[in-house]
Amino acid sequence: MARMKFLCDADRCIECNACVTACKNEHEVPWGINRRRVVTINDGKPGERSISMACMHCADAPCAAVCPVNCFYTTADGVVLHSKDLCIGCGYCFYACPFGAPQYPKVGNFGSRGKMDKCTFCAGGPEADGSKEEYDKYGANRLAEGKLPLCAEMCSTKSLLAGDGEIIAQIYKERVMKRGYGSGAWGWKTAYRETIES
Amino acid sequence: MGSIGRFSRLAFGGWALLLLLVAAAPAPSSAQQVNPTASSVKEQQLLQELNRIQGRVSIPDQRSGVLEQPAGRDWREFRNVTLRWVGGIAILGVLAVLVIFYLSRGMVRLESGRSGRSIVRFTTFERFVHWMTATCFIILALSGLNITFGRPLLLPLIGFEAFSEWSQWAKYAHNYLSFPFTIGVVLIFLMWIAGNIPNKVDIDWIKRGGGLVGHDHPPAYRFNAGQKAIYWIVVIGGGLVAATGYELMFPFYVTGIEGMQTAQIVHSIVAVLFVAAMLAHIYIGTIGMEGAFEAMGSGTVDVNWAREHHTLWLEEEMARTRPNDAQPQPATAAE
Repeated sequence: MARMKFLCDADRCIECNACVTACKNEHEVPWGINRRRVVTINDGKPGERSISMACMHCADAPCAAVCPVNCFYTTADGVVLHSKDLCIGCGYCFYACPFGAPQYPKVGNFGSRGKMDKCTFCAGGPEADGSKEEYDKYGANRLAEGKLPLCAEMCSTKSLLAGDGEIIAQIYKERVMKRGYGSGAWGWKTAYRETIES
Repeated sequence: MGSIGRFSRLAFGGWALLLLLVAAAPAPSSAQQVNPTASSVKEQQLLQELNRIQGRVSIPDQRSGVLEQPAGRDWREFRNVTLRWVGGIAILGVLAVLVIFYLSRGMVRLESGRSGRSIVRFTTFERFVHWMTATCFIILALSGLNITFGRPLLLPLIGFEAFSEWSQWAKYAHNYLSFPFTIGVVLIFLMWIAGNIPNKVDIDWIKRGGGLVGHDHPPAYRFNAGQKAIYWIVVIGGGLVAATGYELMFPFYVTGIEGMQTAQIVHSIVAVLFVAAMLAHIYIGTIGMEGAFEAMGSGTVDVNWAREHHTLWLEEEMARTRPNDAQPQPATAAE
């Protein structure tokens, strides 16, 4: 079984934010919530790099470990998903997440957190694949349709790669070999405790 | 004239030599293959410098500019391991001590029996504030402990749906009841501060074991050293849990994510110690001591109870009321 991962080739990312827009549109993510974002480091300075970041679907996910109601689960593809029926919106996954992935709709009083929302690797949630309930809560389930996450699929520079971790690591390695440089697989060491030798 | 010419020639020559050196220095490397990553930002280097990577985002949520922050790993260790050990040992430890104490010492009896005369110890307002704070505290404690201990202890018993439902309501209760609790702590601080400043009598009281060990009755004013300790635990502990709690309740109003991790650590550690201390307080106010509960129940205590446990306070009260109350009240109860 494939182990799904994201990989952002920072040397290709041009900060066009199309992945962010594609994600918002595909899943009809509400205002104020961004499952994916592009962060530019050293903006405007020599050596600046942009990295598209969302939930990395960590191995031994910290969010799942700290969740007080145990609402997370990892699919056979290694995708970390959660149940919005069980989530109580306590915010603990956000304290534990190294990538700032969990997002909370501001509902109710004192800006308190609603049920958490995050990148699903376009794999929906615990509801029946492709059902209306699943779409309303988690967005599209492209994986069930045999498609990969839209953010990576439509990335114009093919900077953002999504899919079987071994395959995307191989693609990245070949790129690095051909062009002779690569700033590494951002977040991999934190998320998967491994990195791609280049 | 000649010297100026010579000097300017020397200066020009010097500059020319310097320029040549500067131009010559990077020449060998420019022949190498272009490597755009040579000067680029490096993930591991950034992480080592600050333990977080931050940049700029073009979406409105500027807080999402934090790209990576592995510090959550330490917080996870605290929440899942350290806190459970500290909380478990503190709470079960105090419970064990209380059980052992109760079995060996039993209830602290009124040695001189009841006089049948009572004296006002707490006014209606004081009791209202106490019970408002206490009720909030118990619900806050249970709903808070649920966040830390519910998943391993309660969830396997009642299942995911029921546990989630209960936890959701517990979260609402925790958030809303924080307000009356905070008001209660502030009122407690204000209305009892006068009697809770530590003084010399407390040292003697502590030295004599507060009358809990043995059958001694060291003198005390309105509040003895033990009660003063409880007072300051409530004021300082309550203040800390309130401040850190609001920080967590209003995310990003005060601090960023690292501040919230710290706030959660302070909030939870103070809270479990607070719960442990309150168990002792509840014990001594109920089954631990005869005649103690009525102080907060009806608001009055037996004069003999006051004489045994708060001699100096009773003397003060007597001195205050004597001019208007010269006649000793007849004993109404039996004997």
